[in-house]
Parts: sequence; structure tokens; C-alpha cells
Amino acid sequence: MTSLPITLTINGHRHELEVDPRVTLLDLLRERLDLTGTKKGCDRGQCGACTVLVDGKRINSCLALAVSHDGANVLTIEGVARGEELHPVQAAFIAHDGFQCGFCTPGQIMSTLGLISEGQAGDDPERIREGLSGNICRCAAYGGIVEAVLEAQEQLAKSDRRTAA
Amino acid sequence: MRDFSYFRASSLDAARQAAALPGTMLLAGGTTLIDLAKCGVAEPDTLVDITHLKGLDRIDVNERGATIGALAKMGHIADHADIKSRFPAISEALWQAASAQIRNMATIGGNLMQRTRCPYFRGPANFSACNKREPGSGCSAIGGVTRGHAVLGTSEACIAMYPGDLATALVAFDATVHLGERKLLVDDFFLLPGSTPDREHAIEPGEMITSIEIPSSAAAHRSTYLKIRDRQSYEFAAASAAVGIEFEADGRTIRDLRVALGGVATKPWRARAVEEALKGKVLEPETVRAASRLAVEGAVDHGANHYKIELAPRVVARAILKLGETA
Repeated sequence: MTSLPITLTINGHRHELEVDPRVTLLDLLRERLDLTGTKKGCDRGQCGACTVLVDGKRINSCLALAVSHDGANVLTIEGVARGEELHPVQAAFIAHDGFQCGFCTPGQIMSTLGLISEGQAGDDPERIREGLSGNICRCAAYGGIVEAVLEAQEQLAKSDRRTAA
Repeated sequence: MRDFSYFRASSLDAARQAAALPGTMLLAGGTTLIDLAKCGVAEPDTLVDITHLKGLDRIDVNERGATIGALAKMGHIADHADIKSRFPAISEALWQAASAQIRNMATIGGNLMQRTRCPYFRGPANFSACNKREPGSGCSAIGGVTRGHAVLGTSEACIAMYPGDLATALVAFDATVHLGERKLLVDDFFLLPGSTPDREHAIEPGEMITSIEIPSSAAAHRSTYLKIRDRQSYEFAAASAAVGIEFEADGRTIRDLRVALGGVATKPWRARAVEEALKGKVLEPETVRAASRLAVEGAVDHGANHYKIELAPRVVARAILKLGETA
């Protein structure tokens, strides 16, 4: 086993790290950097609990080797709020009870951020469900999740309009 | 995961040279390979990371067809405006494949290299017999739980189903895969299991998929991908069909037809018998339904997968009729 040097920018902070090539981005975040908001569910790309944004795109961090993402820009749930002010997606999940036990929630929120930036879902609940199908919620809080995504999109569009005006 | 050494390829030649060595595997999106390494099926000595190679993710579409670089991501291709308009079945197959996260990671080259989802193949800890994993060890699926196994192209050695959506659409439209020095029809790239199910692709050591080429055709332009599954999203096909159609000037007589099946065979399955039976015919529901039965000629079930023999022709017929409605 040889450790390899990589550089990652995580939630705006630059990290220079030595990693075993087998280490996934998920394990690196949780075990080395104490960023335990990103959850390990199935560890096989089936549940979405480990979803993070890499260079703006949502991915399953359990299937990503950290060494292969040298130079990448990673956003995890810990980097979403601005200080004490929740991101509109986070606030909407709370307002609409978009969770029960909360284990899948960081992944759901990161996946929602990806979905909104991809601009595919619009205000169609069916397309939101399709766009978030890579995130499983075993408590089945799906009704609240879809409502939360709809409201968050509306809030973000409003603040975009305010920014533009 | 077993220990392996890691090597980042700096050029295509370096990647190919490294890939020629025994025990070496290429790493692209990793969605199949890392998964298989975790369940103990893939045990590479060396991983050659090709994700940093430049220029291999291009998508070029012109009058002759589409050329898609091996490192183009599934999600990027699915959402490409020219792919959507000229090759709707390709875009639809990709949209219905995997999840958004995986489509953002997985490359088109890696997609062609994805392995079967047969649980016996993927479970070495519980099932020692698998001819695909250990040639000569037997097949745990035959006599086992077969609901997701193939009914077409099977052998006594293996009944594992090919799970992909994209390649089903690719074989329907005569796509070719470029391997550097040579190119193959995607249909020929996938091998029947026969007595050597461990060999799934016609790729040789030292070769690497560099791009996929899809020729333009009227049938590809009017095409669709219909996928039926147990769960509405993020699920492999119970049966699927990639279909493309071209009508004569009367708008009813079929000039050209392409049909390929997914979710039912050991490889992406071109249904030429259906195509031949309907060419020159007027598109009528009864004619289409009768001809679609030919899609499963020679099918053999293993009990719980019998439903696929009933389902596949209906999926084919529905896809053809849906395209007819848009005429």
C-alpha cells in the first residue's frame, strides 16, 4: 500500500492529503476529515445517503475513489448553510417535514441542490420524484420531500429575481 | 477491497500499454468497478485511471451521425440537444438508466463494460459457483431464483441477463465502438455466453474504448426507448425495447424498422425477425402485435422469469404503435 498525495477543496477549504488509493471520497470525508454529515448507507451507490456535489454535480461519494478526484471542488452538507442561516432547501425540508429519522436527509438535500442546478424538474412533482429517485428514504417521507423541493425552488427563483432587480 | 496500485494515465498510449498487463483494469467513472471491487468480484492488481485524459469526452453530431467520446458522462449525453432531437431512443435510454448521481459519474465507455447484475455473479461470499466469475465452477442461477435472468441467448453455462439500457438502443441503430486500431459493431462487441461466459466483450488486452459512433438514419430520428420495470425509476428493465421506424411517403407503410430488446437476453438483443416481418407492411395494431411475438423466438425460461417471454413482445408492440401514432 502506497499513499498518494492529492489536493481537494472541500466546502471552500483547501486540503492537502495523503490517501490510500482504495479510500473512497465518502470514507475520506467521514473518517479523516470528521465531516460526518455525509452518511454511509448502502456503500454501493444504491441509496444516495452519501450524495455530495463534485465540481457542482451530484455524485455518490461511496463509488468515488478520492485519489481519482485530485483537484476537485467538493461541497458537502456542512458547507450548505451560511453560518447560522440555513439554505432555503434546508429550511424547506424542515418546514415540510421532509424527513423522519433524518439519516437520508443530508443526501436528499445535496441531491436536491444538484437537481435544482440541473434545471430539469421545474414545478412538476412527478419529475421531482424521478430526479430524486437515486435517494431512498426508508421512513418514506417522500411526500414532504417533494413539497420541500417545490417550495425551495420557488424561494430560490424569488431571490434570483430580487438579485436580478 | 483488496489492495491495488494506482496509476494515472497521462496519455492514451500510456493507458493502452498499461492496460495490456495482466491484472490491470481501467478506471473511468468507477460506478461498476468500485462496486464490484467492494463485493469481491473485481480484484485488480493495478487500476489505470483514465479520467484525467483530455478530449475523450466530446460529443460531435453532424449529418452523418454522432461520435461520442468514451469519457462522455451518461447524463451529459442524455441531455445533449442534438442527441435528443436526432437519436431520441439513445437519450431516452440514458434518462431511464440508473440514478442522476450515477449518470453524473458513469461514462459511456464504462457503460458498455458494465457487468451483469446476476446476484450469484455478484455474491462470491455466498455463492461459489459462477461460470462467469470462475470458469468451470458451475451456475448457481440455474435452479436458483431466476426472476431477473435471461430468456434469450442463454447457455447451459450461464443465464445472466445483460442489464444495460444504452447498448440496447445502440445495437438497434447499428452503432460501432472504436477500440483504437479497430472498430466493431456494438452488436459484435457483446458476446453470447456459450461455454465461455467469463468473456463478455470482444475487447482484447491493450485495447481501450475511445469512442462510439452512431450513424444517422430516418429510423434513429423517429425512435423511442420503452422500459418496463418493477419500480418506476432507478431499476433495471423487466423488459425494454429500443425501436425506430421510417415510413414510406404514405405515412403508413413501414420502410425501415429497428427493434432491440433489453432486460430479457444475455446481451443487447436485436430482434431482426420482427423487423423483417413488418417491413413493407402497413402499420396496423394486429399486424404489429403478431409480428412482435417473433421477438422471443427460441426463448427458454427458467421458471420465475417466464413472464419476460409474455412481456417482451407486448413492450415491442407498444413501442412500435406509439411511434406510429406520431406519424
